[in-house]
Amino acid sequence: MGSFSLHASCLAKHNLPWSNGCSQNLNSLRIPALRGPGFLSRKASKILAFYGLKSPPYALDALEPYMSKRLLETHWGEHHHGYVEGLNKQLEKNDILYSYTLDELVKVTYNNGNPLPEFNNAAQVWNHDFFWESMQPGGGGMPELGLLQQIEKDFGSFTNFKEKFIEASLSLFGSGWVWLVLKRQEKRLEVVKTSNAVNPIAWDDIPLMSLDTWEHAYYQDYKHDRGKYVNAFMNHLVSWHVVTARIIRAEAFVNLGEPKIPVA
Amino acid sequence: MALRPLLTRRTLASASGFSSNGGITTSFRGLQTFSLPDLPYDYGALQPAISGEIMQLHHQKHHQAYITNYNKALEQLHDAMSKGDAPAVVKLQSAIKFNGGGHVNHSIFWKNLAPIQGGGGEPPKGSLGWAIDNHFGSLDALVQKMNAEGAALQGSGWVWLGVDKELKKLVVETTSNQDPLVTKGPSLVPLIGIDVWEHAYYLQYKNVRPDYLKNIWKVINWKYASELYGKECP
Repeated sequence: MGSFSLHASCLAKHNLPWSNGCSQNLNSLRIPALRGPGFLSRKASKILAFYGLKSPPYALDALEPYMSKRLLETHWGEHHHGYVEGLNKQLEKNDILYSYTLDELVKVTYNNGNPLPEFNNAAQVWNHDFFWESMQPGGGGMPELGLLQQIEKDFGSFTNFKEKFIEASLSLFGSGWVWLVLKRQEKRLEVVKTSNAVNPIAWDDIPLMSLDTWEHAYYQDYKHDRGKYVNAFMNHLVSWHVVTARIIRAEAFVNLGEPKIPVA
Repeated sequence: MALRPLLTRRTLASASGFSSNGGITTSFRGLQTFSLPDLPYDYGALQPAISGEIMQLHHQKHHQAYITNYNKALEQLHDAMSKGDAPAVVKLQSAIKFNGGGHVNHSIFWKNLAPIQGGGGEPPKGSLGWAIDNHFGSLDALVQKMNAEGAALQGSGWVWLGVDKELKKLVVETTSNQDPLVTKGPSLVPLIGIDVWEHAYYLQYKNVRPDYLKNIWKVINWKYASELYGKECP
């Protein structure tokens, strides 16, 4: 039949053929021929679209006591996971959308403000990946060097920026996200609020960090007190290292200052 | 509502507390502000469908916050209007819509619920029951429809059973955030609203909104809905 064989015990133990338990079977593993006489006559295997659930870059209890393990288990393990599964189910039925990268998928399904049904799942997968990476254990504090300079240039002072960010988080009606964004056209930093799953990459701006203000993001730890949650985020969770790395990358696409061209 | 100046001074002092006159206070400037209406049942009375912890937070923190912010926005609006500050008036609209809507919607919501001993969950009889069977096929079909729409609602919002008072027919609608049902049609009157904001169920059901929707029907106060329906469609 097929040209692909696995030792039966490997399947029984759910071991991957390359894991230690089955290393002796690697010799019996024959990669299916992608060309040759056998190929087209094989029953076409169904390739399923898949995005995986990306883990946060820290253990689920690493953000205690500001974001509990219990909350992360639900937020990442149920909500984020649910968006990934939902997206994969939708992509199963859509060959065209399946071919995009996640970034492209978010922009295409946003459809200039008239979102397609896949947008919610795609954008929320993107948003949560970005959000986990925007935080770190031992976060908070202040940005440094060039990033701090840019914040001071665009907001007046770091304190001003912090106040603006907190005010935006508290005045966001309903579910949504608050972003520190580099505006591509205006070449400046801004605090932006979006509803539900909307994401600034949809209009080609560059997000640098985000805060999830959906109630599920804080309810188990802070209940109704969104203000306490936002302050914990700003003072103890936001990773300025990551924001710095992101703005460095962004500067390859957005010229933030006058180039220092030496006079001949 | 008649103005009661003597009462006003007392209610001004306890403006943020509970009021038994239906939740409306009148400040000395003639601006009607609002206070948190009492629940007609204990916080724990709707268990196990909705936990006492959720009811307490929902009522004392969330609903109260909408009222506090609504009152603040109304004061600011009063100021801006008397100064003729048109941009400020316009800017305040979203805060009024959100917080005012939150107050309106939650006031309806508390009446939509009743403990099982108080008739919660008992199916509607009379004209509303008949209208539901007529329009949706059965009460079960209506419940399935509302549960499906409530579960599919992205973000925060409400799912409603309403009656179009012009066309005399029942409708199922959803609204986002705190938009009242009337934003979906000026002649729509809400009969039953189910809050599907995460704060309404998270501590008990976490992300499983469908379970919350399945269970809340056990404490829905159909008597109140029938009375309202009878008024609009005699």
